[in-house]
Amino acid sequence: MPVSSEIPRAQATAQVHGNSLDVTLAGTWQVTHPRPLFRDLLGEAKPSVVSVRMEAVERWDTSLLLFLFEVEQWCRGAGATFDSAALPPKVQLLLGQLTRAHAASLPQDRSANFFAIVGVATQQTGVQVREIFHFLGECVLSTVRLVSSPRKFRWRDCLAEMQQCGAMALPIVSLIAFLIGVTLAYTAAIVLRQFGGDIFIADLIGLAMVREVGAVMTAVVLAGRTGAAFAATLANMKMNEEIDALETLGIPAVQFLVLPRLLALGIMMPLLTIYANALGILGGLVVAWGLLSISPTAYWVEMLTIVDLSDVLSGVIKAGAFGLIVGLAGCLRGLQADRSAMGVGRAATSAVVTAILLMVVADAIFAVLFNVLGI
Amino acid sequence: MPPETSPIPAITVEQLTCGYGRDIVLENVNFSVARGEIFFVIGGSGCGKSTLLRHMVGLHPPFGGVVKFFGEAFTQADVTTRRGMLKDFGMLFQGGALWTSLTLRQNVALPLEEYTRLSRREIDEIAAMKLGQVGLGGFEDYFPAEISGGMKKRAGLARALALDPEIVFFDEPSAGLDPVTSRKLDELILQIRETFGTTIVVVSHELASIFQIADRVIMLDRAAKGIIAEGRPRELAVNSRDPRVTEFLVRGDVVKPG
Repeated sequence: MPVSSEIPRAQATAQVHGNSLDVTLAGTWQVTHPRPLFRDLLGEAKPSVVSVRMEAVERWDTSLLLFLFEVEQWCRGAGATFDSAALPPKVQLLLGQLTRAHAASLPQDRSANFFAIVGVATQQTGVQVREIFHFLGECVLSTVRLVSSPRKFRWRDCLAEMQQCGAMALPIVSLIAFLIGVTLAYTAAIVLRQFGGDIFIADLIGLAMVREVGAVMTAVVLAGRTGAAFAATLANMKMNEEIDALETLGIPAVQFLVLPRLLALGIMMPLLTIYANALGILGGLVVAWGLLSISPTAYWVEMLTIVDLSDVLSGVIKAGAFGLIVGLAGCLRGLQADRSAMGVGRAATSAVVTAILLMVVADAIFAVLFNVLGI
Repeated sequence: MPPETSPIPAITVEQLTCGYGRDIVLENVNFSVARGEIFFVIGGSGCGKSTLLRHMVGLHPPFGGVVKFFGEAFTQADVTTRRGMLKDFGMLFQGGALWTSLTLRQNVALPLEEYTRLSRREIDEIAAMKLGQVGLGGFEDYFPAEISGGMKKRAGLARALALDPEIVFFDEPSAGLDPVTSRKLDELILQIRETFGTTIVVVSHELASIFQIADRVIMLDRAAKGIIAEGRPRELAVNSRDPRVTEFLVRGDVVKPG
């Protein structure tokens, strides 16, 4: 670089006096320019005392400190004495800081071994299960408290949530339920046509939608739409200390934030499911009419031969349970979230996963239960 | 509540040991705050000031020790007793912690709705009055997102004052505020004490506030895991022989390269 020739370079010269080495520093020491190395200066010499002084140093920065640090480290390693008494106090102070920083910056081995990871994960599972039960218990206690003083229930919030998770979800639920009905009907048509059993498409679509698919699909949509939103909202509130603010006022977050949401989902989910059932059946009807030339009346009459009220009821009961599961998972994950932007994202993801997992488990339990009860 | 002349301190902290998970942040901390005192908890970042505050107000259970309000144990109390005691103190969080889905009026009204049997109209009036006291008259129906950081803090303060608490806790009241707004908040704190005789506990490292309004301070230190100084701020600044205290209160010079 042309500039470097104009700047007087950093210089270090050494003179041997018996056992001691006198190092003299001069010139401009800048960290952006090359600096002399102590080991070059040292050569073969093995002094027992190294004394350093600054003479005609025009400017200096960390570069000078790095040189001095190298001298100091060499002295420590070789058992020699580092005599820095001739250096300005400011340089000595900063050198001290650099030495301390060096000691503190030694990399630590933070990687845990396999058994430690497994151990911690196992412990965490236990903690999580306990947290879930704790949360459920709190929900029950809050419900009991509210029954005794219903004035404290946040009806306004509950209605707002009902609108959010119910009415506002109608378009997406309509679309998905209708298309599921269409898809099911197409798939069924392939098989049923081969046996001339076209008309039974009405039975299949009706029964599948009412007992199973209507509730499950609506719950999946709401898990993604509402459960994730609950988790993100609560996690964000936690990050902003809004939950702490409630706690310091002695208002349980569960009572104030969770119950209105749970109730909203518990009521809206069965209603949405009934609606989804109707749309799914309509989807099947359109395919049956268009593809298999089954008249709507025939479709309807055939469907009524197999679908009765107990089927509809079993679907609706399941929907109510799924609603509570989606709400519980969303709120639990939201309240458990870390106080960070990443925590909010994780809470939302985890809410959806938890909701769908618990829902499938619950669905299996319901299947066994309804079978035993003969519904 | 004990009478005004009662020798029982507003807050007593005895042998408090607290932290998070397995990390002990503070060990065997003892101090007390007299009624009507403006008491500061000071110290560098990470020394446990906010931790102490969060444990005092019961947001986390301490590892050991006890916190008493007006002589009554709070940390060990059962849920019902605790809930009764909670309404005797208010807390202003760092960012205000206003409930974002509620307007300022609704924010201030919520504690009143929870703890009183006042009519809707009365609650609204009190909320408006409290907001007026902190200089937010006319902003009652704004949402938190529509007002500035300083206003959020003042609204948070109005909410903390909603139930006319005996003690108000402030977590870093001047954090993120410009000097003028910060000074106004200090004045507001003084005014609250003058008007209501409220006991005030402030966590802060804002030197101006400390010297301006603190009656007494305790200084925490991360390495010591506890209190390293206690007294009046000016006396500490002049008389303390502890370099950690003087460095904090007098501000040492930073060495720069030549």
